[in-house]
Amino acid sequence: MTPHRRRNAALTVAGALAFAVLVSAPSLWEAALRPLFPQLRDVLMPRDTLATFVLQHLALVGISSGLTIVVGVPLGIWVTRVGGRDFRPFVVAATDLGQTFPPVAVLALAMPVLGFGFWPTIVALFIYGLFPVVSGTIAGIESVPAPVVDAARGMGMSPTQVLFRAELPLAARMILSGIRTSMAINIGTATVGAAIGTGGLGVPIIGGLAVQNMAYVLEGALPAALLAVLADAMLAQVEAAVTVRSD
Amino acid sequence: MIRLEGVTRRYGEKTAVDELSFEVAEGEVCVLIGPSGCGKTTTLRMINRLIEPTGGRILIEGRDIMSLPVEELRRGLGYVIQSIGLFPHLTVAGNISVVPRLLGWDKARMAARADELLRLVGLPPEAYRDKYPRQLSGGEAQRVGVARALAADPPVLLMDEPFGAVDPLNRERLQTEFARIQRELRKTVIFVTHDIDEAIRLADKIAIMRDGKLQQFASPEELLNHPANKFVHDFVGADRALKRLVRVKVSDVMRSPATVFANAGEIGFREAAGRRRFTYVLEPDGRLLGWIDTHDLDQGLSAEEAITLVDAGEASVGPDTSLRDALSRMLGLGFRSIAVTDDGCRLIGEVTFSSVEAAMAEGDEHIAAPAEADAG
Repeated sequence: MTPHRRRNAALTVAGALAFAVLVSAPSLWEAALRPLFPQLRDVLMPRDTLATFVLQHLALVGISSGLTIVVGVPLGIWVTRVGGRDFRPFVVAATDLGQTFPPVAVLALAMPVLGFGFWPTIVALFIYGLFPVVSGTIAGIESVPAPVVDAARGMGMSPTQVLFRAELPLAARMILSGIRTSMAINIGTATVGAAIGTGGLGVPIIGGLAVQNMAYVLEGALPAALLAVLADAMLAQVEAAVTVRSD
Repeated sequence: MIRLEGVTRRYGEKTAVDELSFEVAEGEVCVLIGPSGCGKTTTLRMINRLIEPTGGRILIEGRDIMSLPVEELRRGLGYVIQSIGLFPHLTVAGNISVVPRLLGWDKARMAARADELLRLVGLPPEAYRDKYPRQLSGGEAQRVGVARALAADPPVLLMDEPFGAVDPLNRERLQTEFARIQRELRKTVIFVTHDIDEAIRLADKIAIMRDGKLQQFASPEELLNHPANKFVHDFVGADRALKRLVRVKVSDVMRSPATVFANAGEIGFREAAGRRRFTYVLEPDGRLLGWIDTHDLDQGLSAEEAITLVDAGEASVGPDTSLRDALSRMLGLGFRSIAVTDDGCRLIGEVTFSSVEAAMAEGDEHIAAPAEADAG
């Protein structure tokens, strides 16, 4: 590990710790927001603590992004295999469509089937975040030089070995950058889940808009933005760790 | 060792390889050559089943290649392609160890083998084993490619234009090294190229192809002396006499030169110089120092003044140099003969213009216009 990378990793860890401290100290927020909005009765939403909102948000993003990765990466791989190549245009078009569809509309459509709450939001986020992961995986695998794959096969690797020993290590960086994009989108989009009672950082934002309390909006929006930056920085560390050897 | 029997590959209406049959004996280098699209690479790739034949069969050591599991077949056939085929995410040692790892060797054995092969291809292991392909020059990457193919000591090497992406100077060096390694290891090699000079230099047998059909299968000498048809005749080129010199090594025709030691003194010099026009002057340990011209001595110059000092690296060739290279060196330097020295710059012989002429004339009687067997 280079000194440069060690420093970045340390900074990321420090950022994560600072974030944890910040969201679990309501008095800090109170002290910061009170002078800005002296006329408001509450500057923090009384319904739940900020830490709870953050944890709910993390659960939403964690589960939906986890699903996106678990489904998206194999799907991207499958359409680059001989057996799945014919489905490539369909898969790309479908995931692309998933992303052009507004998440609120997905929520509205999912509600009659899945009802209110957590799971409709997970489904919406999952569909919404799929495209960057699938297209990143396809682009990553297709960026592997053909002679490398040819050599791998010619030396006697089985199709699975070609995938795991040659293609995926070389595609890792582009796959991860697809995941990064997807997760950044997800953290922001997950706030809409509050509209159907999912919880998370969307609760103070939507609640604040409803009662014209800008302090509530900030209570949700600021941690959400910080969370997006933090997640991006963490994935950048993973990206650096897997690609240091590949180019 | 490797036998092709009526091997055919069709793509729809198009026939890429048409009823190809030939046999390569153990330890021979067989070069497949022809214009692009002639089916030479397709043929090579059918031997390790990267392409499946649509007809005929291929036997390796008497066994039909279709009877083996495809991965097992390929692990027994070393495969070399242009340097871009190295794995960019693996070190040099990691690349060389790909097949050993597939075969389940332990770490110590893989590391020892990688070092051994790096030494074989002329790359010091300490300096190279931990480098990544992007840190290598084209020539170095190509050496690693050859080392990788040799890792599990396969009896057969398949090489697909291995030196095609290397500059001409490095290509020649790689060819020379490959010839040296091959003399040592005696692999059965199938080698695809479009470079006829490369084919003549390296091949024991050349298979010339055109439009998927075999035009001639013969030794380089046979090919140069008796082209089977007009296509082969034209493909080999008009300078066949010169090409034949590629097959002759300096050590085959060199003679022992007149020499005198630098410390022989005036009388020794005059005595030595009396025998031939030019006499090589050597250091006491046999290293080439220069030469003296008898004419200069006759014109009254002292022996000291008459010595022409030379840089042995510049004005001599090695015993393994081809006669064509020796000839071009002579022409470049404007000499009628050139000294032959060993690795330590010690004089071991000389090659003269007349011996080159004699080698060229050999077989000249065969080079009449070939029969017009092929109208194309």
